Amino acid sequence: MRAFVIAVFTFLYLPIALVVLFSFNAGHHASEFTGFSVQWYGKALANPFLVEALKNSLFIATTSALLAALCGTAAALGLARVGIRTRAVFDALLGAAIVVPGVVIGISTLVALVQLFGVVNPFLASIWPDDQPPRLALGYGSIIAAHGLFSMALVTMIVGTRLGSLDRNLVEASSDLYATPLTTFRSIVLPQIMPAVVAGFLLAFTFSFDDFIIAFFVAGAQTTLPIYVFASIRRGVTPEINAIATIVLVASVLLVVLAQWQLRERKPSN
Amino acid sequence: MHGSRLRRNLLTALLLGPATAWLVVFLVLPFIAIAVFSVGERAPEGGYQAAFTFAQYANLPARATAFWNTMVLAPVGALACLLVAYPVAYYLALRAPQRWRLILLALVVIPFWTSLLMRTYAWMYVLGGRGIPALLAYIGFEDVRLINTPGAVLLGIVYGYLPLMILPIYVSLERLDRRLLEASADLGATPLSTFLGVTLKLSLPGVMTGFSLVMILLLGEYLIPTLLGGGKVFFIGNALVDLFLQSRNWPFGSAIAITLVLVSVVVLIAANRISTRVSGARRVDLI
Repeated sequence: MRAFVIAVFTFLYLPIALVVLFSFNAGHHASEFTGFSVQWYGKALANPFLVEALKNSLFIATTSALLAALCGTAAALGLARVGIRTRAVFDALLGAAIVVPGVVIGISTLVALVQLFGVVNPFLASIWPDDQPPRLALGYGSIIAAHGLFSMALVTMIVGTRLGSLDRNLVEASSDLYATPLTTFRSIVLPQIMPAVVAGFLLAFTFSFDDFIIAFFVAGAQTTLPIYVFASIRRGVTPEINAIATIVLVASVLLVVLAQWQLRERKPSN
Repeated sequence: MHGSRLRRNLLTALLLGPATAWLVVFLVLPFIAIAVFSVGERAPEGGYQAAFTFAQYANLPARATAFWNTMVLAPVGALACLLVAYPVAYYLALRAPQRWRLILLALVVIPFWTSLLMRTYAWMYVLGGRGIPALLAYIGFEDVRLINTPGAVLLGIVYGYLPLMILPIYVSLERLDRRLLEASADLGATPLSTFLGVTLKLSLPGVMTGFSLVMILLLGEYLIPTLLGGGKVFFIGNALVDLFLQSRNWPFGSAIAITLVLVSVVVLIAANRISTRVSGARRVDLI
């Protein structure tokens, strides 16, 4: 069985390792490694379209993860205060937001927003004083909102789990000692849930930064890094793509390891 | 007293407000929108025209190939994932040395959170003309075609979704009461009958959770068949991208999306039923 497990881990990591290795290939051909070079990283970072897509992705991932961390944490705190029925409805919706395939989320957001803009834009045009009314369109906002849906549900679940294992005695002790609810929250609850909030933020960032399919539908004229990479891959495999893939893989691995580290079981301190 | 209760409710509403708005505006309303679209008609210039007809659903056989490919490769892919994942989860939960366990588990989780696009790209690279086929040609097997085949798509599926299958099975095996295994052995059961009667049975909720999650995500898969199937292996996801972004037949696309969601719900309910009936336990939640 050990041999099988080793084989599976090799299977999981070998293709990624090859991409990383060949991103440092001096030669142009993928079949032979002709020497070490970082030229493909230079070429990738000198490509203005790629840098633009990277900036877009960083902006979208940061914004959607921040919003998700805030709303998700608030929702987890709120859910601890409501009855079983409200909670069940919320859990079902949050579960749906996580399980429904990205394709369906992308499509339904696209359809709903296009309909909404179809109503709002003529209205804005009719009430606007001059000839150039603002026009709502797909772009940053729609990607952030659609990514945030999954991310917020994820943060709510992670923080909710942590809240569930919170030491109730500390909260009661704090209020017995005449701390105001706000003080109790700041000095007891917040420090205990903070690792879960940070982990949720990091996973949300990773999700948004890596997502292709949702953004593909709702990006409008914008390009994110995965959309750019997808389009380039379809034109052919190049060492430049290996360099981008390596950057993205290393970044996500770091973020996930950091998130796992935040979520690790802490030994009770004395 | 009355004032403090009011304040308490107000705070709860404020905490839940943003999340509720988000869920309603970007999950519930869009879903209602595609449900409405799916009983509508296609406008002559593309897009949507209001109507109440089931013509879009009656037209589903027009995309029979995509449905067929998905309905065959999604369960086969999930089953292949399961066969590879179970021994790994078993080893991690019951056999791996304690200090290695968390590291190995982290090594399973990491690929799950790294870009599926990049991971699938890695296989394009390995299976493509300059990868394994070049190596095979070197040792005498000319013209082996690996990429753009159903086999490549299946491989990509197993690779992409293996972590999602390992995790819930690991969780259910890890919770297993080891004394049951000892009791079974003490009572004279062979290792095989202990495995079938105790281990497998009690880990079934994890198996069903993993199977249904992988299967549902595969029903909507687009990247793997596109990149590793080269347009030859068409999934429902490919049909949806075509209908929404290229040929702009939104009502028909909506009918397909609604069908997809309904099939997913059926898969979830069936998986839940099976694990409840066999093990008498509720399914394992992933997070």
